[in-house]
Amino acid sequence: MVQSRPFANLVAHLVLWLGIGIVAFPVYLTLVASTHEASAIANGNMPLWFGDNFIANYYKTLFVGSSRSTRTLVSTMMLNSLVMALTIAIGKIAISIISAYAVVYFRFPFRMVFFWLIFITLMLPVEVRIFPTYKIVADLGLLDSYAGLTIPLIASATATLLFRQFFLTIPDELVEASKIDGAGPLRFFWDTVVPLSRTNMAALFVILFIYGWNQYLWPLLITTSGDMQTIVIGIKKMITVTDALTEWDVVMTTTVLAMLPPVAVVILMQHWFVKGLVDTEK
Amino acid sequence: MFSRRLLLSAAAGIALIASAGAQAQAPIEIQWWHALTGANNDVVVKLSNDFNASQSQYKVVPSYKGSYPDTMNAGIAAFRANNAPHILQVFEVGTATMMGARGAIKPVFDVMKESGEKFDPNAYLPAVAGYYSTSKGEMLSMPFNSSTAIMWYNKDAFKKANLDPNKPPKTWPEVFDYAKKLKAAGYATCGVSNAWGTWLLLEQFSAWHNLPIATKANGMDGFDTELRINSPTHVRLLTDLVALQKDKTYDYSGRTNNGEGRFTSGECPIFMTSSGFFGNVKANAKFDFGMSTLPYYPDVAGAPQNSIIGGASLWVMGGKKADEYKGVAKFFTFLSDTDRQAWLHKESGYLPITKAAYEKVKAEGFYQTNPGRDVPVIQMAGKPPTDNSRGLRLGSLVQIRDMWSEELEAAFAGTKSPKDALDAAVARGNAALRQFERTVTR
Amino acid sequence: MEKRAIYSHKLLPYLLLVPQMVVVIVFFYFPASQALYQSFLLEDAFGLHSEFVWFENFEHVLKDPDYWLSFVVTAIFSVAVAGLSLALALLFAVMADGQIRGANAYKTLMIWPYAVAPAVAGVLWLFMFQPSLGILAQIIRDRFGVDWNPLLNGTHAMLLVIMASTWKQISYNFLFFLAGLQSIPRSVIEAAAIDGASATRRFWTIIFPLLSPTAFFLLVVNVTYVFFDTFGIIDTMTGGGPSQATSTLVYKVYNDGRAGSNLGGSAAQSVILMIIVVALTAIQFKYVERKVHY
Repeated sequence: MVQSRPFANLVAHLVLWLGIGIVAFPVYLTLVASTHEASAIANGNMPLWFGDNFIANYYKTLFVGSSRSTRTLVSTMMLNSLVMALTIAIGKIAISIISAYAVVYFRFPFRMVFFWLIFITLMLPVEVRIFPTYKIVADLGLLDSYAGLTIPLIASATATLLFRQFFLTIPDELVEASKIDGAGPLRFFWDTVVPLSRTNMAALFVILFIYGWNQYLWPLLITTSGDMQTIVIGIKKMITVTDALTEWDVVMTTTVLAMLPPVAVVILMQHWFVKGLVDTEK
Repeated sequence: MFSRRLLLSAAAGIALIASAGAQAQAPIEIQWWHALTGANNDVVVKLSNDFNASQSQYKVVPSYKGSYPDTMNAGIAAFRANNAPHILQVFEVGTATMMGARGAIKPVFDVMKESGEKFDPNAYLPAVAGYYSTSKGEMLSMPFNSSTAIMWYNKDAFKKANLDPNKPPKTWPEVFDYAKKLKAAGYATCGVSNAWGTWLLLEQFSAWHNLPIATKANGMDGFDTELRINSPTHVRLLTDLVALQKDKTYDYSGRTNNGEGRFTSGECPIFMTSSGFFGNVKANAKFDFGMSTLPYYPDVAGAPQNSIIGGASLWVMGGKKADEYKGVAKFFTFLSDTDRQAWLHKESGYLPITKAAYEKVKAEGFYQTNPGRDVPVIQMAGKPPTDNSRGLRLGSLVQIRDMWSEELEAAFAGTKSPKDALDAAVARGNAALRQFERTVTR
Repeated sequence: MEKRAIYSHKLLPYLLLVPQMVVVIVFFYFPASQALYQSFLLEDAFGLHSEFVWFENFEHVLKDPDYWLSFVVTAIFSVAVAGLSLALALLFAVMADGQIRGANAYKTLMIWPYAVAPAVAGVLWLFMFQPSLGILAQIIRDRFGVDWNPLLNGTHAMLLVIMASTWKQISYNFLFFLAGLQSIPRSVIEAAAIDGASATRRFWTIIFPLLSPTAFFLLVVNVTYVFFDTFGIIDTMTGGGPSQATSTLVYKVYNDGRAGSNLGGSAAQSVILMIIVVALTAIQFKYVERKVHY
């Protein structure tokens, strides 16, 4: 054991509390703001402690909605975001794990070409090619649908790469043993590879769920009907107002609500999250 | 091109089959994309609901698409993907872009004629309709929410600074003088300010002083127009403001209307912005406020001239079916109804779009009981408009305004002299205009 | 590294690749090729009239001082955000690592911002630092006498987007650094302590080198983050302004193409960005490959 030094420990705690202060303050302020009335927030003289509009604000947000801009209920937007985040996360994991499996466990012509084709997509996110992608989705009739929201984002170089690297660390003996048992590649995939990849899947799930939940530009462009709106877009639309003042009370409560699902996913899954990524990465 | 047409006809075919089956019960849907929030959003929804309740053949479906540029962006992207709405609300800045795209839009006068709706372009206020009409007087889009910039002031603050709350400053020198006194009386962070930086300080300023924003009647007579916003008078205003920015007697409030809260919160006692701001001032200001005309330099010949409009109009997108256009035409007739326009005007602070509505509101004595509410109308229609104040029609104005904003910000931040900033604004804007001229359909 | 034990099917590997390849080709390569084609066109907003202009758009873009300015902006922004978020996260991770009680509790408290959408993070920070309604903005102005004005002062605006972007990324980096630190064998550290090396010296000579793969991985992730994911932050906070102080390359691509006014120029910028990014990817791939050989 390294000798314990009370002074160094104190410094460490102080630094950490400072860090948490930095990290948590904006979130705290949002929580506080969500309990004040709109004019207190808009006039810049909001107290730093909770107000007494908690119930009124949340009631308004949940059951009345942002009546004066998007007009979509927060519950609808939350549901859309949830469907989008889940579909993207699960879809990405599914198609990436089988691609990685094909690339690692088979030899076939143009194997590395395929891998590269997937890999290059890593650093070209949708922002850069947004207008032509939009046109294709429209031509396919996928505007304003969950399919349009999710499928174009479902390819994943990160996940494919991660699975590939993980598969490379699976001992060859396992494949050989499975072959001796007379099992085919699909059997080996289901019985061995998938169970072994559980931690990785969990880790990817966290990253991809958050990626999906936080999508901004894509849903902004391809959803036109209020019924398909996601919560992040809802917030954005509540803020940019013309000849009007932002309804800060609704914005703040919606922001708090929008944070809950991804925060829950991160906190509940933080153990696997780091393990799944760091172990592969080493 | 070929594939687009093929897709279009395929889509039309499918739509035809689908509609044949559904015709009996379902009303024809008319998509209306708009950018209005707050009280004005309520107005949009109420108008749609009232129209839908008034007949059963058509159903107007409004959907809010975000800020003005976002809405326009969404409409253009949707058109390119053959998914445009029937009605698109486009802010005045986008007028030239929409006009230049004759195949993408269907002029309102065509829509009205083809569907046999009664339509008299002379029924509309010329100051408003002129902005959206060709030089031949053909109305291309339907004016919807038209506003103009006016000056709002905080009467309580005026009292506090021993200024007469019923005598708002008339000229720029007076405004500066008042702002200094207000600053001394405790409004330390902002004596005077404005929203919509370029609209107020360049566009409205030019029209109000009868100065050209650009050649060819501000672009209304042709796309080969060149900017003129670096005249000595323009430089003079910017120089004055930059000097006052140093100690916050004047304080810049950004490119959009985000800064409007500075007036309602009581931070800025004099604030220039859209007349459409009325509903929110009324709801949020906890002080007595007044409205007045924009300031001018008294030594500039012809000032004050008249201010130009802002706000937005409704464009009908091309490539839709005839019976859908019929529904659009019916809706426009419904909108232009005198009582409805009068209601809209009183409710929102936007200008009435028909002469009859204005006369009606006036006859009711509304302006007597609500002093100041006629300021926008007087300011717009006080003098017959000149080539410099009829309106402005510049292509790519969304981007050009961004360039202007960038240069204004550079001047206020002190990184460029006012003259250099305006020269750069002209040079960069002209380059964008030349590019627009090349791409526009002739 | 290659597998020795492999399967030899003719069809199966292709079938397994089909879903991903379909998505990649339809929604990635096809639109990317469209962007490439677009970059040679001069077109109006609605696509009604277009003219093939060869490299004119590229010429315009590359001759435009504003484009080079946005390179500089992107560079400053990237270095600041990646540097700050990595350094702070490392500091907090080192403090939380090891002997301190409650490391897990700290971890849970630190993790929140990762879950906040960039656009929402932009709103939160704007809410604190907006000159007229921001609570912290008032404190800066009243207590410290700084004329805080991100609406006009480019440096202030840049600071603001850097703070918000860094804030958003600290927790992610923190988690990885902490995990990396916790996987370093205690014996290594203790051996060094017995040698009498000071804590600081121990950190830089022993711990940090062992942490470098994690650091490099995070560097790559952070660069991708600052390049692309910060779009939402910039869009909600500054809109690229004031002047063009916070207009990054990706923001400019989107903004120039917006409302269809300069599609060709925007597409040309996309193509340039793609080239830069593919080059970065290649470097990264080489690194990843080499690391796998260890």
